[in-house]
Amino acid sequence: MSKDKRFLQGNDAVALGALYAGCRFFAGYPITPSTEVAEKLAAMLPKAGGRFIQMEDEIAAMAAVIGASLAGRKSLTATSGPGMSLKMENLGFGCMAEVPCVILNVMRGGPSTGTPTGPGQSDIMQAKWGPHGDHPCIALTPSTVAEQFTETVRAFNLSEKYRTPVIILTDEIIGHMREAVEIPAEGELEVIDRVKPDCAPEDYLPYDSSKGDVPPMANFGEGYRYHVTGLNHDASGFPTAKPSIIDSEERRLVRKVEANYDDIVKVEEFMCGDADRIVFAFGSSARSAKDAVLALREKGVKAGLLKALTIWPFPERHIKKYADGGVKGILVPELNLGQAVCETERAAGGKCPVEGLFRVDSEAILPSQISGTLERF
Amino acid sequence: MSRYEIRLSGSGGQGMITAGIILANAASIYEGKNAVQSQSYGPEARGGASKAEVIISDEEINFPKVTSPDFLVALTQEAYDKYSKDIKPGSTVVVDGAFVKNTGGGDFRLYSMPVTGTVLERLGKQLGANIATIAAANAIGGFVSEEALLKSVLSMIPKGTEDFNRKAYGIGLELAAEALGRGPGKGL
Amino acid sequence: MAYDYAKFIRPGRLPHIWCPGCGYGIIMKSMLRAIDSTGWSKDEIVLASGIGCASRLPGYVDFNTIHTTHGRSLGFATGIKLANPALKVIAMGGDGDMSAIGGNHFIHACRRNIDITVLVFNNYIYGMTGGQYSPTTPMGAKATTAPYGMIEPSFDIARLAVAAGATFVGRTTSYHAVPMEKLILQALNHKGLSVVEIMAGCPTGYGRRNGQKAASDMLIWEKEHAVPYEKAKNMTEAEMAGKFAIGVIYKDESRPEYVESYDRAVGLSKRG
Repeated sequence: MSKDKRFLQGNDAVALGALYAGCRFFAGYPITPSTEVAEKLAAMLPKAGGRFIQMEDEIAAMAAVIGASLAGRKSLTATSGPGMSLKMENLGFGCMAEVPCVILNVMRGGPSTGTPTGPGQSDIMQAKWGPHGDHPCIALTPSTVAEQFTETVRAFNLSEKYRTPVIILTDEIIGHMREAVEIPAEGELEVIDRVKPDCAPEDYLPYDSSKGDVPPMANFGEGYRYHVTGLNHDASGFPTAKPSIIDSEERRLVRKVEANYDDIVKVEEFMCGDADRIVFAFGSSARSAKDAVLALREKGVKAGLLKALTIWPFPERHIKKYADGGVKGILVPELNLGQAVCETERAAGGKCPVEGLFRVDSEAILPSQISGTLERF
Repeated sequence: MSRYEIRLSGSGGQGMITAGIILANAASIYEGKNAVQSQSYGPEARGGASKAEVIISDEEINFPKVTSPDFLVALTQEAYDKYSKDIKPGSTVVVDGAFVKNTGGGDFRLYSMPVTGTVLERLGKQLGANIATIAAANAIGGFVSEEALLKSVLSMIPKGTEDFNRKAYGIGLELAAEALGRGPGKGL
Repeated sequence: MAYDYAKFIRPGRLPHIWCPGCGYGIIMKSMLRAIDSTGWSKDEIVLASGIGCASRLPGYVDFNTIHTTHGRSLGFATGIKLANPALKVIAMGGDGDMSAIGGNHFIHACRRNIDITVLVFNNYIYGMTGGQYSPTTPMGAKATTAPYGMIEPSFDIARLAVAAGATFVGRTTSYHAVPMEKLILQALNHKGLSVVEIMAGCPTGYGRRNGQKAASDMLIWEKEHAVPYEKAKNMTEAEMAGKFAIGVIYKDESRPEYVESYDRAVGLSKRG
């Protein structure tokens, strides 16, 4: 059978990946550089039996996505920095109420309105710490158009498996570039659906963690009538002011993600085996980093690339392994003024120097910038 | 072929991005090469200088942006001025001579042809100039086979416009043949 | 025989948080009787609310319930309805929740005419935070953030809903417990976006600062200032000064409902 190979834009690959993963609802608000995802799904969702809506604002779009997921549909919204800022309160609600859904942030340049048509990678910390309070965070960072597809499928899978919102943190370069993608055949990639309760409705506790940190989830309308709230709640879902329950539930919420590092954190190790210097990169910057490593290897410099496909939870164990292994240093190129580099430093624990290479002029980091810096290590 | 960088530029709305997609699609889908297409544009949908970039390679393409084009197409003076600064020594430049009047001299081979005007004159509208341009550029640059490019054009245009676009494609080939016949210039 | 509310009340969830004399308990009871009259099953009913005293209601009753973020219940409700149109969705919130922080969602839900019933509990004040002025606080009234008196004109929520495109709009008060039940029932049975604005006193946050020291003063005020719509529409502006119309204020059954329109437009439903 011939492969279904298509020449696709990064944003379109997210739309196709979402459909593959079983997404049947999209709510969004137009914003550059993510809008193609909404346009594509407005056309394609109905053909798959799904529905699309353009809401009155980003806040409502995030709300609608959570509502639709509660009513049983895998749901997606897509935005960029300014929209992401607006979604934060409801994103926190989704984490607290443990409602699976996927949020695509096609990162653009700058704070505030910034450079809408330019790339950025400056929402790394926002993804983790944007909503107030402690909460779990899973964020994925694809760096090719093919990964836009596969990581979107993975985002939905993780979201359903861990009953939590998952963020895809891509950037304008990856979102708008085009390259060929082999579309996986049906069944080729695993598709995970939320675990539903197997108890009688009258026995159902929506946040019962007695059998594990991720409680089974019933959809509205399936006979399991329950209460959903952003207030601290107990296993029954109703508000509680009991300090011991508030404490144990908040810890469970974070633990259900943090304790599953091996399942969630995906890092590609490229030429790292004998490397004496490492570049840790993600998204479009990882593409530059790969060229830099290849160029250095040609010159006999032993460089390696750690390419993060998961940026939250932060790939600290991967970094620690190389820091402890005695590399000369780790370079973190990113389109911001220093975000992932701080986490990398923390993970390296002083075992090796960690240096950042930052660019915020709305242009991509050049391979030569990375190789030039790495060479000095 | 190892990494080959192509930049197609004009004013917004002239279809250079579509032309770039058609070329990269031809290379990756019909010729099994690696190809990446990217673009940059201002917030305005029409007017302003706009460019599409295509990288074609037999090897994996990582860095997706063009840094020093092997091949530049410029349909307007503004686009030429903005996007010609970093062309590679010994590169090939194709311009619409009706709009690009001043290229200065340099280490490049220049082919000038009145592509927009010819399409307008023969087909009655400027729509299609991008198809003629990419056909001409490919005939000069030899990025992909003529067959692959035409197939790509036909796969990407709206249904019912095949004849029109075939004509535009033919105009591009004709203009390229004439330009190749005249041989490369050194500058305008 | 007294009506049995127990079948709708979640065991162990009462007492509620509402103050003695608050009108919201009356609203909850009228709403439950109205829901009972629809014949809908509890499994197909969804209650969505925002933040505030009114928004605590869903926690007490035995349906699919979601207590969302401040002002956003209609965003969540819209997603729920679109994801599963078989569900009967009722959104509720206070005057601040629906017309201040949630005002944008309110007008756009009305404009779309999606089949959701919206209950706006209007006590002219932010009750839960302790009596700050809201978009419906009357001019001159005292609030903790308007110690010199309210200077902003207030929203007429029912008129706002009509202007924004809701196809069923009614108003009632906590004094009119039985007419309220009938009005809510009409709203629930209406296909499209229905709004019922319910005037209800907040003795703690509003009444005691504004000459209505007893809860009963607030009920009497509601009774004395409510004018049936059929009568009100023939009264002059001067005659209506300080008063408000109650009953069905607007009804239009000709406009298509949003989900049905969507499904028709995109080919999800057969009939074009």
